[in-house]
Amino acid sequence: MARPFKLPDLGEGVHEGEVLNVLVSVGDHVNEGDPILEVETDKATAEIPSPFTGKVEEIKVKAGETVQVGDVLMTFSDTEEGEAKPAEEAPLKKEEKPEKVKEKKKGEEPEKPQEKKKSPEMEREGPVPASPATRRVARELGVDLREVSPSGPGGRVTSDDVRAFAEKGKAEKPEEKVPPEREEEARPEARPIEEKAAEMPDFTKWGEVDRVPVRSIRRATAKQMALAWSQIPHVYNQDMVDMSKLEEFRQKHRKEVEEKGGKLSVTVFALKAAATALKQHPRFNASLDIAAGEMVLKHYYHIGVAVNTEEGLVVPVIRDVDRKSIVELSIELNDLVQRTRERKVKLEEMQGGTFTITNVGPMGGGYFAPIINFPEVAILGMGAARMQPVVIEREKGKYEVVPRLAMPVVLSIDHRILDGADALRFMETLIDSLEDPEEMFITMT
Amino acid sequence: MVMGELSEDTELLVIGAGPGGYAAAFRAADLGMDVTMVDVEERPGGECVFRGCIPSKALLFLADLLRDARRVEGMGVKFSEPKLDIDRIRGWKNEVIDQLADGLVTLSDKRGVQRIKGRAIFESSSQVRLQDSDVSRIKFRHAVLATGSYPRPLPDMSFEKGSRIMDSAGALELPDMPERLLILGGGYVSLEMGTIYAALGSQVTVAVRSERLLRGADPDLVEPLVKKLRGIFENIHFNTRVASMKEKEDRVEVKFEGEADKAEQSFDRVLVAIGRKPTSQGIGLENTKVKVNERGYVEVDEKRRTTDEKILAIGDVAGGPLLAHKAFREGKVAAEVIKGLPSAFDVRAIPAVVYTDPQVAWCGVREETARKEKRKIDVVRYPWKFSGRAATVGLQDGLTKIVVDPDSGRVLGVGITGRNTEGMISEGVLAIEMGALAEDVGFSMHPHPTFSETVGEAAEIFVGSVTHHLPKKREKG
Repeated sequence: MARPFKLPDLGEGVHEGEVLNVLVSVGDHVNEGDPILEVETDKATAEIPSPFTGKVEEIKVKAGETVQVGDVLMTFSDTEEGEAKPAEEAPLKKEEKPEKVKEKKKGEEPEKPQEKKKSPEMEREGPVPASPATRRVARELGVDLREVSPSGPGGRVTSDDVRAFAEKGKAEKPEEKVPPEREEEARPEARPIEEKAAEMPDFTKWGEVDRVPVRSIRRATAKQMALAWSQIPHVYNQDMVDMSKLEEFRQKHRKEVEEKGGKLSVTVFALKAAATALKQHPRFNASLDIAAGEMVLKHYYHIGVAVNTEEGLVVPVIRDVDRKSIVELSIELNDLVQRTRERKVKLEEMQGGTFTITNVGPMGGGYFAPIINFPEVAILGMGAARMQPVVIEREKGKYEVVPRLAMPVVLSIDHRILDGADALRFMETLIDSLEDPEEMFITMT
Repeated sequence: MVMGELSEDTELLVIGAGPGGYAAAFRAADLGMDVTMVDVEERPGGECVFRGCIPSKALLFLADLLRDARRVEGMGVKFSEPKLDIDRIRGWKNEVIDQLADGLVTLSDKRGVQRIKGRAIFESSSQVRLQDSDVSRIKFRHAVLATGSYPRPLPDMSFEKGSRIMDSAGALELPDMPERLLILGGGYVSLEMGTIYAALGSQVTVAVRSERLLRGADPDLVEPLVKKLRGIFENIHFNTRVASMKEKEDRVEVKFEGEADKAEQSFDRVLVAIGRKPTSQGIGLENTKVKVNERGYVEVDEKRRTTDEKILAIGDVAGGPLLAHKAFREGKVAAEVIKGLPSAFDVRAIPAVVYTDPQVAWCGVREETARKEKRKIDVVRYPWKFSGRAATVGLQDGLTKIVVDPDSGRVLGVGITGRNTEGMISEGVLAIEMGALAEDVGFSMHPHPTFSETVGEAAEIFVGSVTHHLPKKREKG
């Protein structure tokens, strides 16, 4: 009897993924728990373990295809003994139900049954076959034997397999190998984030410590930030925006936007102002292709907005900001932020950004120096607007100190492609738009 | 040294100089650490050298020899009745002990391991006080706890020197040759000591509370042994417990409950061999962060670290099978972990050997356990009646079996009963540790005729290419 295997819920609210690798062929005998597919989601690459022991009868996906949770990926035929465990359908079905996800958003503990449920990895009996010397090599290189594809007979892992796995880890791209949470619950051991890591002292020499595995979003963030920081020479340009007029405008229209299901936040205006500035200064809406020796100037304005979630920082992207009205943007942003916090945002909604805005204002922050979201070349940081004394010139030579609502802004640029002067010009456009909402509405469309 | 308040500092303090302790101390010294080893004995060796493995094996060698000499009568060789000189036997046994203990002294000294006699009691996670010692206190940066275990007495009793009720250490002293010896317990200590005393002329009765001997081994491996022991021992009482024991001047009067043929019997001596207990009490562990479980064993992780970051524990006191070779490995792991090496106790096959005649040895996954856990296994058995080598020495009551993973064909466990299985079991250990398939074992050539051939042939039964047996259907598990 053929048994279908559907893409299980990958956790993290990710509902689809791209098949990177099919690790088995038709006719292969696989054991329950053996990796059969590598699937990449935005934040992670996951090895999908086989839920059955049996023979691969048909493979319905190819590398490069995007698959949805619930899609049938392959079918298996039973083992001769017919002993395949019926572990496949029940948990998947459970997770397909939307109310499961809703439960999570209320900030409750992750579902208990999921924790109790043994993963196929755990149910596989006995340890990974490998010689004692191979096991020592694995310990030395910090490799989990269960992640290594064995080359020996009957799934025996050799020392060469372990070394090759460790090498591969070094060579791989930044956003790799973060198995989704569900799989991680099954084996909560920590794994190195970078294969070549600086040596750590024994902290316990000086007092008690806890060691907590770095997973999923935190892990992806660690890699992405290290990459950005190592690739991009950052330069910062900070300034202050007089928000008095904009705030007045915002308060005036807030209700009507709310009635339409939006939230007229400062970020919405920043999005619009940024799009305007990006249009006027095209090299901010670009990427630097070092290998090709080219600047990639993008003719679309997709702006990412950093969203703080319980699991860490996620950057969903609003597409074509230049072509959307303030009301449209306030509705879309509101929806996107909500879905991001519920971890329901789709893979493609986190891709393709050309510029990023990170607004720490709602949390009360002031000046800070954001790291550019590689391969973008600039990021705008916004702080909280506060009433501040500002010196203005009433008439020629007559100065006066007045209270104004002032918001700190910081622009980080990639100095390989942009200079400080560019940053000043970009900032000028941006500030002008924000300080004069009417001007913004005239220039923006 | 001056008695009294002499205190010392050391990088690594090893408490207990048995197999685990000295293995840890030697490895640590080889890794360049400053090591101090404390033990209640003058010389290293511990229970194994002084009161366990070594003296018992010396005596078992004689026991085997005596029985073989009688056995070959049927092959046309008749020896006259041997004359046993108990004092000389005891003396020879002690010479063996001395030779090994002195060797360990040399090995310690040459490595610069400082040896201190005394009983160490923790005052804190970084200091011990010593009893019966020239040194009063030792401060340490790391400690390895290797205090071992001791024979478990019956409830409400303790072992007294000179008593007719003995523990294994007392029995190995060979105080005299009791005419009738009662041994309580059905484990390997009981059977090995019974074998020795029976060979030396005692009438041995074994009483066990359960219905089996050697409960740690699969029943089919123990069966040939039980058959043999029934001929050697006067009696084996299963499902029997001792209701009372009264020590008189010249005997011990015992009342049995259960299946013993006579409820009241009198013995010259009694050996209590009902198990061992970890030495974790009275050593000041309460002054550290070390956690001890309800059975008295110290809790350790894979790296043999206790819940106290400065203290590691190995060997019997850390639980698991109470075996010297397990302690050896743990000792090395502990030293390497302290040194910061990526070491761990990740052993997959701990071999066990019972030195009876026939010997019983096993390692890895046991058939009985696997079946209980409903784990899928195949078991292939090669009875020694098909072994040419066994026939040449008239010892065909043996069995070699291999537990195999039916899907991958990987060797999971090996069990052997027969002559010289102590040497054969290591092939099983190597196969399991290397992740070998039964096919690998079968295709590795075994010399003919040998006992070890039975391992190769058992593997070939699984593969389906056996020579000296019919290629039978596998037993599905």
